[in-house]
Amino acid sequence: MSLIELVDLGYHVDDTCILKEINLTIDRQEWVTIAGPSGSGKSTLVRIIASLLSKTSGELNFDDDPIELYDPISYRRRVSYSFQQPTLFGNTVQDNLQFPYDIRQMPFDRDRAVRGLEYVGLAASDLAKPVVDLSGGQRQRVALLRNVMIYPEVLILDEVTAGLDEANKAFVWSMIRHFNEDDGLTIIAITHDQAEIAAASRLITLTAGKIDAGGAS
Amino acid sequence: MNLAVNNQSLMLALGLVLIALAIGWKEKLGIDKDMIIGVVRAVIQLFVVGYLLKSVFKVDNLWLTLTLILIIIFNAGYNAKQRSNGIPDALPISIGAILISTAVTLGVLMLAGAIKFIPAQMIPISGMIASNSMVAIGLCYRNLNAQFRQERQAVLEKLALGADLKDASKDILRDSIKTGMQPTIDGAKTVGIVSLPGMMSGLIFAGVDPVRAIKYQVMVTFMLLSATSIGSVLACYWAYKRFYNDQKQLLI
Repeated sequence: MSLIELVDLGYHVDDTCILKEINLTIDRQEWVTIAGPSGSGKSTLVRIIASLLSKTSGELNFDDDPIELYDPISYRRRVSYSFQQPTLFGNTVQDNLQFPYDIRQMPFDRDRAVRGLEYVGLAASDLAKPVVDLSGGQRQRVALLRNVMIYPEVLILDEVTAGLDEANKAFVWSMIRHFNEDDGLTIIAITHDQAEIAAASRLITLTAGKIDAGGAS
Repeated sequence: MNLAVNNQSLMLALGLVLIALAIGWKEKLGIDKDMIIGVVRAVIQLFVVGYLLKSVFKVDNLWLTLTLILIIIFNAGYNAKQRSNGIPDALPISIGAILISTAVTLGVLMLAGAIKFIPAQMIPISGMIASNSMVAIGLCYRNLNAQFRQERQAVLEKLALGADLKDASKDILRDSIKTGMQPTIDGAKTVGIVSLPGMMSGLIFAGVDPVRAIKYQVMVTFMLLSATSIGSVLACYWAYKRFYNDQKQLLI
């Protein structure tokens, strides 16, 4: 049974059509890579799946129910979206890792945060580190950790490795692979990186708001 | 009372406007017409208000007083709304926030026995409260608009993590409420040092003992702090939700 199902999904702003006739099914724990030229509607598509935008036509079903049946807040806790150049909140690394707990009125799981930091090559002492002192790669790792402090079911990644050097890219992808293979998260990742596109297990190519015929593999 | 302003002295004081006009003309500021319109409007408006207040004070009717207070509140709300830059429902939000801030502040002042329900006290005090609340709410709106645009990415990221609207807007709300209250707080800090405010100056001018006059000014300081804080909090909490749609998505 598919986890996410898009049926003839469309999105337009006034008279401008951004997406049309998008048909796509994504299974639980699947890893889908989305590619396509700039302006082809990739980010719009994943923002609709993340419920940050609403489709203007067609259907979007999640776990067999139309997205309209879900409360947007609880839906976004199940389908988490990570941005290309993330903004870190507050002053310290802890402010960011604690945020998912704060919004759920749950106590902060410090042990889990420390394990997460160690996993991404940072230390427990970095919890108190000011976010302004983090490098680009460290910022992206902390932002990704923030998305998975409390596991979602789907993790949407919008060019999260753009601008990172090769070593940081490899590290971030190994993190995401771990989320997918060991923890069962469904991954939807937008990328422009040719190596990532070549390595994709399932590739969707968008051009001018439509999935290329034969572009879904 | 040793107030010496009469029609003749007002005519002579008009010479001050001529100085301003002469400067404008000499420096080619192109503001002569605006200045003349401003002076004529000020004179007419103030005379009309003066005669109106005189008759209202004389009639001393509860409903007439309440009607005038409501007109002041509506006008203040309408002016605050003009600064909302398109925030939906800004008029009812502004009127509601100013109405509640004025009512609570007036109520406390009356319960404390600081003022009486007579038009000569209620109308000027309502005007002071409503105008300060209006300025505070206008600043709140301007800050909300600026911050939601500036912090758009952070708000989107918070929403994407599953934050509710209040959590996603918390920093912006806090900053906007602070911005609304800041001029009153700054005013409270410098009152008596930098400026001798209107209420106190007016009483001293009218021959009241300065020690007695400052008591009124202390009351005004308290009341303005209360009015701007209530007005800012209500307007910000009612207005921030208008930056989102029913699907809890950011509209900017």
